[in-house]
Amino acid sequence: MTSSDIPHGTALAAEATPRPRRRRPFTVARVVRGAAPYLLILPVVVTIVAILGYPLYHLARLSFQKYGLFELIAHHGTSVGWANYSSVLHDSVFWDVLVRTIVFTVANVALAMGIGTLIALLLTKVSSFVRVLLTAGLVLAWAMPPVVAVQVWVWMTNRENGILNYTLTKLHVGDYSQHDWLETPFSQLSLTTSLLVWGAIPFIVVTVYAGLSQVSHELVEAAEIDGARPRRVFWDVTVPILKPIFLILTSLSIIWDFGVFTQPFLLIDQTRINASNELMGIYLYEEGYVKTDFGRGAAISILMLLIVAVLSVVYVRKMVRTGEEAS
Amino acid sequence: MRARRRRTRFLWDAVGLLLFVVIAFPVYWMVASAFKPDDELNGASPTWFSLHPTLSHFNDAIHRPFFWDGVKNSLIIVSATVLLSMVLAFLAAVALAKFRFTGRKAFVILIIGIQMLPQAGLIIPLYVVLARYHQVNALSGVILTYMTFVLPFSVWMLRGFLLGIPKELEEAAMVDGSSRVGSFVRILLPLVAPGLVATSIFAFITTWNEYIFARVLLNDQSKQTATVWLSYFTGTSRNTDWGGLMAGSTLIAVPVVVFFLIVQRKIAFGLTAGAVRG
Repeated sequence: MTSSDIPHGTALAAEATPRPRRRRPFTVARVVRGAAPYLLILPVVVTIVAILGYPLYHLARLSFQKYGLFELIAHHGTSVGWANYSSVLHDSVFWDVLVRTIVFTVANVALAMGIGTLIALLLTKVSSFVRVLLTAGLVLAWAMPPVVAVQVWVWMTNRENGILNYTLTKLHVGDYSQHDWLETPFSQLSLTTSLLVWGAIPFIVVTVYAGLSQVSHELVEAAEIDGARPRRVFWDVTVPILKPIFLILTSLSIIWDFGVFTQPFLLIDQTRINASNELMGIYLYEEGYVKTDFGRGAAISILMLLIVAVLSVVYVRKMVRTGEEAS
Repeated sequence: MRARRRRTRFLWDAVGLLLFVVIAFPVYWMVASAFKPDDELNGASPTWFSLHPTLSHFNDAIHRPFFWDGVKNSLIIVSATVLLSMVLAFLAAVALAKFRFTGRKAFVILIIGIQMLPQAGLIIPLYVVLARYHQVNALSGVILTYMTFVLPFSVWMLRGFLLGIPKELEEAAMVDGSSRVGSFVRILLPLVAPGLVATSIFAFITTWNEYIFARVLLNDQSKQTATVWLSYFTGTSRNTDWGGLMAGSTLIAVPVVVFFLIVQRKIAFGLTAGAVRG
């Protein structure tokens, strides 16, 4: 060490050791520093409270009022107590819609998760050319706007000259010429499911595939050396590692499918939407908005929001925990 | 052994190719149909690939009433929503990524919880409240509505990008004697720019694709967005102009697909980075 370095070194050391201090002075700089995060989140919080919080508060109030077109213009509803809720809960259509929506959600989530996981596993088995090609196809499907996808489905499945009827007939699956895919409620909802599953698969495949690539080869090889068959390796090594991903994907899919609106609303012809094929989102729209019975619609909305809130607890808790860990 | 392995690989490849055809077909069929002359569209047996492509359907689609109104309204709504949201979301993301403060967790719950709200459940309250403040049938009402959906995921995505910036870089700038704000502007902003672009594009896609609120909150045909325009295309007539419908669909899908291809990798990464760690 040369002599010229010594003063420099000591100066640094002196700065590094904390000087004994009395209470830190209450300076403007410190106040600004402490307030900074709150000032930074303030605009977002204000926007969300004003445009979402206030309407939600209003929604709760509306659900206890008679509020139709007249009241909308007068800006004033009349209180009716729990009448809206009791009317909804005593309506057999509501219960039919609820059961139908649950069955629909379970079927959609199971199909999308199942097919998506299988395709992700397939991606690990194919040659790189097929992998790139298949991924490109998935990304294309993923990128399609929902309204556009609905119109393409309408065109492909239309009765007179849809490609689906033509292909099924040509493949001798049966005589599908002039087959109407919107004939029965089951057929209408199955068609909706085919569209939703097609749209949901890419996200699931990409996410599961990313998770699979994180399963270390050493772990799989170790299990194989220990004599585990591929099926055992999959269930005892791969699945546990993917569990958090499955949990998140499943809960997200449940929430999305339960509240789905655009695709069934546009795919099932407007004139055919009725009590026999409505899902919760559409039921709510028809009862509250179309019939301009906003009070009753508000009661249905509250019930739907409560159901979804319960469904999303798992997901939100998980995300909050990762959010806390990451920082 | 090797021959068997090669045979199974070949089998998987065949399955993969078949799946590719099934999954990509609807997109192909949309574009192919948009370019087909009418006699090929309405004929008894379809042509898989037209040898006489035509642009007439695109010409029809863009000259249908309210197409340009829809595009213009969509562009106004999208750009206003994205611009406003990015500024506000970026500030909040900085708070989440760079500060620890009381109430941080509550804010995170708010941000994530909102994204779980089913949009259908919010039709009635938003309609009634916006009607009260004369924001129904006004683009501003829709912009405000979209912001509440764009803000939460933008904050969350930007926070992820900000966390990716090594602390050392920031500290290095501070040691050099620049203030916190100075270091932020000179060091942080350029580094986070790609994240900002990715988040903006994601916000663009969400807003451009949105349907329910645009349909409920905008009644005049001249106020409608492009997606609502497309949803009314078939109308009530029995003879649908399939070529025009597919041309319109293609036109509305193109900007989304292009942007989506740009950010797809980043989005998948952002979503999985959080998911796998836990």
